[in-house]
Amino acid sequence: MAELQSLLNGFAIALTWYNILLMFIGITLGVLIGVLPGLGGANGIAILLPLTFTMSPTSAIIMLSCIYWGALFGGAITSILFNIPGEPWSVATTFDGYPMAQQGRAGEALTAAFTGSFVGALVAVVMITFLAPMVARFALQFGPPEYFAVYLLAFCSFVGMSKGSPWKTIAAMMLGFALAAVGMDTVTGQLRLTFGSMELMRGFDFLIAVIGLFGIGEILLTMEEGLEFKGKKAKISARVVLDTWKQMPRFWATSIRSCLIGCWMGITPGGATPASFMSYGVARQISKNGKNFGKGEMEGVVAPETAAHAAGTSALLPMLALGIPGSPTAAVLLGGLLIWGLQPGPLLFVEQPDFVWGLIASMYLGNIVGLIVVLTTVPFFAAILRVPFSIIAPVIIVVCAIGAYTVNNAMLDVWLMMLFGVVGYVFKKLDYPMAPMVLALVLGDRAEDSFRQSMLMSQGSVTILWSNWLVGSITAVALALLFWPLWQAIVGRRRRAVAGQA
Amino acid sequence: MVDPNGTGLPPEGSQGHACAPDHDPDRERVGAAPATQPVVTTSTMEIVVAGLFLLFGVGVMYDSYRIGARWAIDGPQSGYFPFYIGALICLSSSVLLVQGVRQRMRVSTRGSFVQRGPLSDVLKVLIPAVGYVLGIQLIGVYVASAVYIALFMVFIGRFRALRSTLVGVGVAAFTFVLFELWFRIPLPKGFLERAAGF
Repeated sequence: MAELQSLLNGFAIALTWYNILLMFIGITLGVLIGVLPGLGGANGIAILLPLTFTMSPTSAIIMLSCIYWGALFGGAITSILFNIPGEPWSVATTFDGYPMAQQGRAGEALTAAFTGSFVGALVAVVMITFLAPMVARFALQFGPPEYFAVYLLAFCSFVGMSKGSPWKTIAAMMLGFALAAVGMDTVTGQLRLTFGSMELMRGFDFLIAVIGLFGIGEILLTMEEGLEFKGKKAKISARVVLDTWKQMPRFWATSIRSCLIGCWMGITPGGATPASFMSYGVARQISKNGKNFGKGEMEGVVAPETAAHAAGTSALLPMLALGIPGSPTAAVLLGGLLIWGLQPGPLLFVEQPDFVWGLIASMYLGNIVGLIVVLTTVPFFAAILRVPFSIIAPVIIVVCAIGAYTVNNAMLDVWLMMLFGVVGYVFKKLDYPMAPMVLALVLGDRAEDSFRQSMLMSQGSVTILWSNWLVGSITAVALALLFWPLWQAIVGRRRRAVAGQA
Repeated sequence: MVDPNGTGLPPEGSQGHACAPDHDPDRERVGAAPATQPVVTTSTMEIVVAGLFLLFGVGVMYDSYRIGARWAIDGPQSGYFPFYIGALICLSSSVLLVQGVRQRMRVSTRGSFVQRGPLSDVLKVLIPAVGYVLGIQLIGVYVASAVYIALFMVFIGRFRALRSTLVGVGVAAFTFVLFELWFRIPLPKGFLERAAGF
């Protein structure tokens, strides 16, 4: 049980007054970010990242990951009280959460959502505690071809699991790779894709892309949809909390299912959003009360929230153990590691055990702090949503602009942020997925390095990706996922042809 | 009535809404088209975006080829990886372009990308935001933020001038304390801050 020993060490590192203060600040900021339109986990952390440059990496990641937990909690508040999902992963929470609020059971719905989230996150953290070190130990024997195969797997699974057009997924992803290649080539020192511009020498910073795509783009969309926040009042008293907790054990089966769905979707780059929908759908089919779903059934709030939190948390597992983030927010945290001078990947567990176990311990503590904060401060955050959008919108744009500037102290970045904002708006409307683009932008250089090294090893032959059973099986799974949409299209067409003849 | 420009929009500068003498009810109606009228259809946007992708992909391939996308004595050249990325962009965008054109042939599937009313709402945010970024560059972030928030609240939120100014100046002052004094991260400043000795 070396993990338990390490975990206790981690608690010793995380449990200082300073770090606990940072947890409270992080959670509060995170809930705020989750509640406000236009600010979410990914761009919120991207904006606040420059503020942590002077902190120790452990304190910094504790604060930033707490912002993430806070944002996960915060999405539920707007879904239940205002029927407006603050985050994409809380869309499924509106289905039963808002009807409950309309029936005057907002307090119950919120308590159920927060508790479900807490359970989901806790299960995912326990899984990370025991699984991540194993995965990292296993990954220590990876060479460049294995790494490239894992990157290939991560990106192919986006294509395989995409709901929309796989071609759009590929186009958006490759745009990310191309933008990552802009600037100086780290191996040869040659300038690539700068087209003579000196300012582009630095390349595109993915933080700028994240702030623009998710921040400015979201504000433009919100404006187009003409949102008006007319919400229900929220009161959470200790009585309501205790009453709800008494009812919660009934949903143990749903909770376990949701945790499993969430953990699986989080480790594979499915992410929190599909996990919440899938969990809601499964719960509706299996539950005895399935026919009441959509009319204000508490189980319909617990299922998506538990899965979303489990997925959001377990997305950090591949980030910690392999250096491959499972979600855009995890990608931003990975970017933070690079900025703080840490090398993400399996060696992190060996070289920086204090950092890794401090972070894992802070996940336990952060979610407890999060549950306390959200249960006590809901009325305050609900009040913030009643501030008119014409005050919130310019303030968020100011925050985004400052955040974009502070990444590199460059004015060009602020202009690029606006450009990415328009791109994000158009992409969102045309269903071009943004998560693979951001991940490609973050991982582009590393994927290219491992590709180059593999090619050097094999003198330019791609067969190195099948040179042993390990790399061969990863590559095979990756290609299977890549061609999955094509296979489905062929099968679907054949079926339609058969149906047409009959 | 025949529109001389054929654009459906009033010719620039000749007839504003304020010009009462040659007020033309028909033109007025054209100018104030229903808010739900689509400005551009989704299939047009699909084609435009796929076309831009294709141009970008060609650019990536060209530049990668220029710096070398083959094997040197010591291994792959700088353009080796980006060249194939560019090729994949060209491939996927060509497919999307063809799909977009085919979708456009079928008149029945034309959806609206953005309608007139919502587009003007989007521009109401986008244009001031671009002006704000220009403002940061010219007069520094603090003054620009205060002016931007205050003007946005007055003209788009229809708030009173006093309240708007207070919010704008308050946010700017808070930002100043947070960044310049507390975190000591310098943000772009203009002549006003310099005059105050920062």
